[in-house]
Amino acid sequence: MLAVIVLGALGIIFAVVLYFVAQKFKVIEDPLIDEIAEVLPGANCGGCGKAGCRALAEAFVKQGSMEGLKCPAGGDAVMQKVATLMGCTAEASEPQVAVVRCNACFTGERSKVHYDGLKDCSFANSLFMGENGCQFGCLGLGNCAAACQFDALVMDPVTGAPKIDEEKCTACSACVKACPRGIIELRNKGRKNRRVFVNCVNKEKGAVARKTCENACIGCGKCTKVCPKEAIKVENNLAYVDYNLCIACGKCVNECPTGALVAVNFTPVKPKPVEAPAAEAPKVEAPKVEVNIPQPEPVEVKKTNE
Amino acid sequence: MKTFAMGGVHPNDNKISTEAAIEQFPVPSQVVVLMNQHLGAPATPIVAKGDKVKVGQLIGEAQAFMCANVHSPVSGTVSKIDICKDPFGLSKPAIYIDVEGDEWMETIDRTPDIKRECNLEPKQIVDKLKEMGIVGLGGATFPAHIKYSVPEGKKAEYLIINAVECEPYLTSDHRVMMEHAEEICIGISILRKALGVPNAYIGIENNKPEPIRVMREMAAKFEGIIVEPLKLKYPQGAEKQLINAITGRRVPSGKLPIDVGCVVSNVGTTFAVYEAIQKNKPLIENILTVTGKKLPSQHNYQVRIGISYNDIIKHSIGELPETTGKVISGGPMMGKAMCNLDGPTVKGASSVLVIDESEAVRAKESNCIRCGKCMHACPMGLEPYLFSALIKNGRYEEAGAHNILDCIECGCCFFSCPANKPLLDEVRLGKNKYRGILAARSKK
Repeated sequence: MLAVIVLGALGIIFAVVLYFVAQKFKVIEDPLIDEIAEVLPGANCGGCGKAGCRALAEAFVKQGSMEGLKCPAGGDAVMQKVATLMGCTAEASEPQVAVVRCNACFTGERSKVHYDGLKDCSFANSLFMGENGCQFGCLGLGNCAAACQFDALVMDPVTGAPKIDEEKCTACSACVKACPRGIIELRNKGRKNRRVFVNCVNKEKGAVARKTCENACIGCGKCTKVCPKEAIKVENNLAYVDYNLCIACGKCVNECPTGALVAVNFTPVKPKPVEAPAAEAPKVEAPKVEVNIPQPEPVEVKKTNE
Repeated sequence: MKTFAMGGVHPNDNKISTEAAIEQFPVPSQVVVLMNQHLGAPATPIVAKGDKVKVGQLIGEAQAFMCANVHSPVSGTVSKIDICKDPFGLSKPAIYIDVEGDEWMETIDRTPDIKRECNLEPKQIVDKLKEMGIVGLGGATFPAHIKYSVPEGKKAEYLIINAVECEPYLTSDHRVMMEHAEEICIGISILRKALGVPNAYIGIENNKPEPIRVMREMAAKFEGIIVEPLKLKYPQGAEKQLINAITGRRVPSGKLPIDVGCVVSNVGTTFAVYEAIQKNKPLIENILTVTGKKLPSQHNYQVRIGISYNDIIKHSIGELPETTGKVISGGPMMGKAMCNLDGPTVKGASSVLVIDESEAVRAKESNCIRCGKCMHACPMGLEPYLFSALIKNGRYEEAGAHNILDCIECGCCFFSCPANKPLLDEVRLGKNKYRGILAARSKK
């Protein structure tokens, strides 16, 4: 009997102490954080620059506005949902996709040396030029594929180079950060997923670059002359297409002597000219891109050099 | 017999080219002199296209603190100043020189007489080392004038000459000691004077009985030079291990040898110091071993810098054997396999080592069995298995907290691992990443 009374009394005393302690150290959390975290993708990819989805939700609530914060993986749809929860408007942004800017191929003649060290791009980068002989290009050891949380980037078993699945890519930029050579870039998806870009990052002089890789950009500048929007600039022997200015007319692709400029998701040559994507653009012939995989499935197509 | 206290392994020493006397390597029709001949910033070219240069003329000037002068190894015309692919396929700034004749600078004393007297003051000696572009020839190519300018508040007590040559196959130091013992001893005396130390110790491993005998005989004629035979163990030639073996002192983590009163210099460097101070000859040549088990002949050459590895192979052995797996610059433990043999040699090049296919392939990796061999082998007392696990999971800062930057990359862990795990590769990756983190932090 005594035991029951003593234990009961102790229980009551502890309960009272715990109640006041709990009141004292209460953490008041905005329920909005949970709600926002709920609509975020939950992949914790780190594309927003925060430690994870919940950290981004906290940042949203702490800041009180959506300025400067964005979930690249979720895109506009998710941002719209967050905006409704927060009671503000989301800025629409151009959807982006990761682009591997290298003609890399690690089989056949392209393979110049054999590397059997640690399968890690940053390590190989500190040692030597790379198996295909280009000190700027892809090393083919798959740091980008390992970094991708969405299975959007896989190493092609045939060429040994990374390949991006546009449908799955969320432009979270994990692969961009993983690449020690800065080959991967986020570019605007473009109208009908059509993009024109320089598929090379070799900054060497033309002759040296060409000797390394037959599809290298040699910085000849031919593309800059035909571009109607002055979207292409040559710097350090390397052309770069500014995706904000490019109207995807494809003129430059035909001009490129090495095939470093590529156009993706363009329909094969048709008798009818393709309608100009931008209003002020002149009538443009569809670029003569050889397509070896049947449409309509959107696939990345390289212009092959004859 | 002395050796270092912690770790170490015993690879087969394979010194098969010890009997080959040093030959003068002929000068080819063109040389390419890289401006990155040393540790630190590249030198700045001070010649222009079309300029005539003589052997020993200054062509690249050191403008940064951590930098060394570069001199022309040949006489001829500068054909272009451009980038050049080094033996690892990476572009580096370089000067291309078309060779015409062999005309040396008048200041260089080319007579075979040995000049014993040196009346220069310590400061003048260091300045002359800088002028002559002397760098450490043990592998790291650390500019010598920086090493011999002892910072204020520190005092050098020991001068240690590294003649250990613990890397298997390499015999360039062996041959230099056999053929230029007196010059080396004069070079040591000069360095002793520059540092103001009473004694210099020459550390030689006991697998080189002949050089030990020759150096002992010669050292007896000089004041304050002591030959110290050492028990065979790799990596005895590493600076910190050699200091430990000879003086018993231990260089603390993150500190330099001078912090424990030691200065270590390679035996090849002392020979270069002799030539620079006494004969006014800049560092334009070094001793290079061409060796390999399957090669028809073994060679030790005195090679001018800037000659391509292909030229060296063509002249010495003709063609590479068909079963060649790797061509390594340096020794098999710490050297780097080359992927572009058109690349030129540099000041620190010590060998062309041709490894057969059967020995070049890495064995299949399996899981760690936690035997701890890597830990016992590590001469720095680190835990390679732990680094491997941390680095695989991207925990670079934790690896840094376990002193990953103390690793000297000797390869003992990889050599001793029964599971053939690429421990050294992982540690090197971790070091790079951790250095990157530290650099980013110091920028903030």
